[in-house]
Amino acid sequence: MVQFESWASFFAMGGHGLYVWLAYGATFLVLAISYLSVRGARKRLQQELSWLSGEGGGATQEEETKL
Amino acid sequence: MSFTSSIKTLWHKLGSPRWFYQMSGPWVIGFGIAALVLLGVGAVWALGFAPPDYQQGNSFRIMYVHVPAAMVAQSIYMSMGVAGLVLFVWRMKLADVAIAACLPLGMVLTALALFSGGVWGKPTWGTWWEWDGRTVSTLVLLFLFIGIYALREAIEDAGLKARASALVAMIGTINIPIIKYSVEWWHTLHQPASFTLTEKPAMPPEMYLPLLVMVLGMYAFAGHNIISRMRNQILVRESRTHWVREAMATGG
Repeated sequence: MVQFESWASFFAMGGHGLYVWLAYGATFLVLAISYLSVRGARKRLQQELSWLSGEGGGATQEEETKL
Repeated sequence: MSFTSSIKTLWHKLGSPRWFYQMSGPWVIGFGIAALVLLGVGAVWALGFAPPDYQQGNSFRIMYVHVPAAMVAQSIYMSMGVAGLVLFVWRMKLADVAIAACLPLGMVLTALALFSGGVWGKPTWGTWWEWDGRTVSTLVLLFLFIGIYALREAIEDAGLKARASALVAMIGTINIPIIKYSVEWWHTLHQPASFTLTEKPAMPPEMYLPLLVMVLGMYAFAGHNIISRMRNQILVRESRTHWVREAMATGG
């Protein structure tokens, strides 16, 4: 059952809004950053390694980016 | 092939970074989807549908992010201790990969547990921080994560780095039961455990079910994050091998 009568009372959290939203905000921020950091590292690695592995094929990729 | 030798081959396979990399692709996707669904449903449930506590009111909703962060941070540390033991006894390379991959998330989740604990404590007990058994032993957990991280940054030699961090990881597991029993040994500010996976909870189901969903979601997120980091580590360490080049060429 929904515990709040309006969006305003939902955001206010019975006067504890600042604390509740600070805790949830920090949690989801930390999770988002953790996810993005590992995904970013993976993408950089893939780029680096596929360039390294392409002694033959990498050259065409390099040419493609030049064009 | 005898039974023991087939067990041996399995063990070798499990310890092989290549085998782990090739097996774990679908695990990452599975954990990722589970985390997204569980944390999404859990947060909406916890914020809008769980009843407020009759004493603490709505600040009690902070429990739904505080408890999962603290539980999963401790589990991550225990996994590091087990990986440390595996590294010492069997010199398994993958165990060092696991320790390295556990550190970043373990660190931030411990910091998050301390932060959300403070944010919960302020409206509930009127203080952000209290030098109490549970808070101090959790602070020690944070310093253990930071310490092992710093140790790995400081040591150049790969073998020494692995052994040193495995040793500290193992010794530090002493702190985990201290965190667990701190609320029973010292009756100070921190309230007793609101939730365990093994015992029947004192809370009514409409309060503990969203907590269960959030805890499982946080475990799934940890699975996703740590296995992804292990895969990245393996690619770096094995970057010169043929199989990595092949996997990268085919986009694996």
